[in-house]
Amino acid sequence: MNQQALVLQDVRKRFGQTDIINGVNLEIVAGERHALIGPNGAGKSTTFNLISGRFPVSAGSISLNGSDITNKEPQVINRLGLSRSFQITNIFPKLSVFENLRCSVLWALGYRYSFFRRMSALNDVRESAEKTLTMIGLENRREKMAGELTYAEQRALEIGITIASGANVILLDEPTAGMSRSETDAAVALIHRVTEGKTLLMVEHDMGVVFNIADRISVLVYGQVIATGTPNEIRMNKKVQEAYLGSESDEDGEVPA
Amino acid sequence: MNDMFNKGRLVLWSFVALIFVVLPFIFSGGFSLSMLSQMGIMIIFVLSYNMLLGQTGLLSFGHAVYFGLGAFMTAHAINFVEAGTLGLPISLMPLIGGLTGLCFGLLLGFVTTRRPGTPFAMISLGIAEMVAASALMFTTFFGGEGGIVTNRTAGGAVWGVSYGPQIQVYYLIAVWCFLSMVLMFAITRTPLGRIANAVRDNPERAQFVGYNPTRVRWLMMSLAGFFAGIGGALATINYEIITAEALGLMASGNVVLMAFIGGIGQFWGPMIGAVLVTLLQSALSNFTQAWLLYFGLLFLLIILYSPGGISNLISIHVPVWRAGLIKKLLPSYGYALLTGFVTLLGVVGGIEMLYRGTLFGGINDGTTWVVAALLICVGGFFLKRAIGSVRRVWEDMSPDLARWV
Repeated sequence: MNQQALVLQDVRKRFGQTDIINGVNLEIVAGERHALIGPNGAGKSTTFNLISGRFPVSAGSISLNGSDITNKEPQVINRLGLSRSFQITNIFPKLSVFENLRCSVLWALGYRYSFFRRMSALNDVRESAEKTLTMIGLENRREKMAGELTYAEQRALEIGITIASGANVILLDEPTAGMSRSETDAAVALIHRVTEGKTLLMVEHDMGVVFNIADRISVLVYGQVIATGTPNEIRMNKKVQEAYLGSESDEDGEVPA
Repeated sequence: MNDMFNKGRLVLWSFVALIFVVLPFIFSGGFSLSMLSQMGIMIIFVLSYNMLLGQTGLLSFGHAVYFGLGAFMTAHAINFVEAGTLGLPISLMPLIGGLTGLCFGLLLGFVTTRRPGTPFAMISLGIAEMVAASALMFTTFFGGEGGIVTNRTAGGAVWGVSYGPQIQVYYLIAVWCFLSMVLMFAITRTPLGRIANAVRDNPERAQFVGYNPTRVRWLMMSLAGFFAGIGGALATINYEIITAEALGLMASGNVVLMAFIGGIGQFWGPMIGAVLVTLLQSALSNFTQAWLLYFGLLFLLIILYSPGGISNLISIHVPVWRAGLIKKLLPSYGYALLTGFVTLLGVVGGIEMLYRGTLFGGINDGTTWVVAALLICVGGFFLKRAIGSVRRVWEDMSPDLARWV
């Protein structure tokens, strides 16, 4: 039997008078790679912000690995095993790449707010950070200040910070946004590597990336999920085709035939 | 490699300890000794402040509250010792101050650290004002205008140390200052210290790696309160009197200035500020009553031309030194120093003449004014060119430097 890693039930969000999310229902199966697509302004990033606790929901419930996380604080949700990346790079700019990664594993390894232990003596923290460093391919940037990295490197670090703690549910918000073709290919390979054996939910505009990575796809339009299925089912889906044809402004959003 | 690094650090700390031991032999006069004592106290205070500003990104305008409360509690504790109701050696009094600072850090920090940024700065200002106002209201604890007087020799002589002579007090301050320095440095190397940096850089992301930024700020605030309290206790022992001034806004502002002048980017930066500002306050005030004006000018110049403070000025020269390019800078620096000195002479002359009201009296017949104006104009003109040439040399060097940064 498949186990649900993440379940959204009738989740709603309104900002002022505007309903952004109109009752989203979503079930992410443990171990799958799931993509959330949809035209600009459909509420994909908002959905991520609701799941990860950045914004409170207006109604509905969200559960992670069977426990309720609705309206919990981001750090609490993170400690329960959900980690996310951001569309706009969100790193610790004045810390070195290595320190960025060390900070990302401290809580998960149980060091909490300790001020009696020396960082340099924490071998598990070092090893874990080094493993992630190798995984994201930034070994030769180890001591560089994160704020001074190139854009593509910062995006890799963004993913590194997200996966470093070993959370089993990973949310990636447009991981390849603004990247060149070759950088995108590298990022796709990286995402494959780092989500091995984990549950992935990803927002992505680049359909090549989506169809390459996703086991299943959900389509979000006007704050509602209009379809969920395998890449093939989504490609054939009439409602999805209509939704995408209706939003001609969104070039990236075209569903490849 | 890690081991070697630690050995290097051990040597460095031993050197610092040696300096503390040796200083009174070099500057042995009564005036120097009290100035050195004052410096030690201020170093603890400003380093504790930088735990907030430099390490956690909290701009506090009320850090003297913790220093002052620690100082008052210590004054009472010493008076209890004198009355025979408390049996604690004077040498350990800084613990009383530290614990007081810690308690108030926990208490007040719980309120102030709810929000970062400007709200934090404003709340800290409000709390400082509140505590300063209470100091004048609750006269039994704070002693009103006169403050609390105490006697540092109350504990009698322990192993020949009575804390009568200033040199003994200096060494007490030196020991506690060294201990506090080591501890505060050690904290920067712990998980909490590192996460404090992360919260400073990006509190939101810290949340998404499992940390509660409010909790981190609160803990750092409490620890900073602890060390500030130690500084306050030493101030009480040193001066044997403590007044409400010690926890007022002036004192809080002073520590902000010291931190910025020294530089908040490096651990050791604020210490330079503490030493320099103490030196200016004690030494310069002997020469001129206008010293506060010069102090303000210095602060202005540093914020304008070296926002990273003096420590940043030093650390940008490290790669230059390593690359062996320092020779290239020297001529333009010499030029700038010379012209800067001439301009300064004119400025000081002008200020002193204004300040002492000797505009039309004494030896002043107007020519001195012409001389001062001339110095400022000529010096300033060439200083501007000197700064331009310093800038050009730096630009020429930058490609060579890139490899050494």
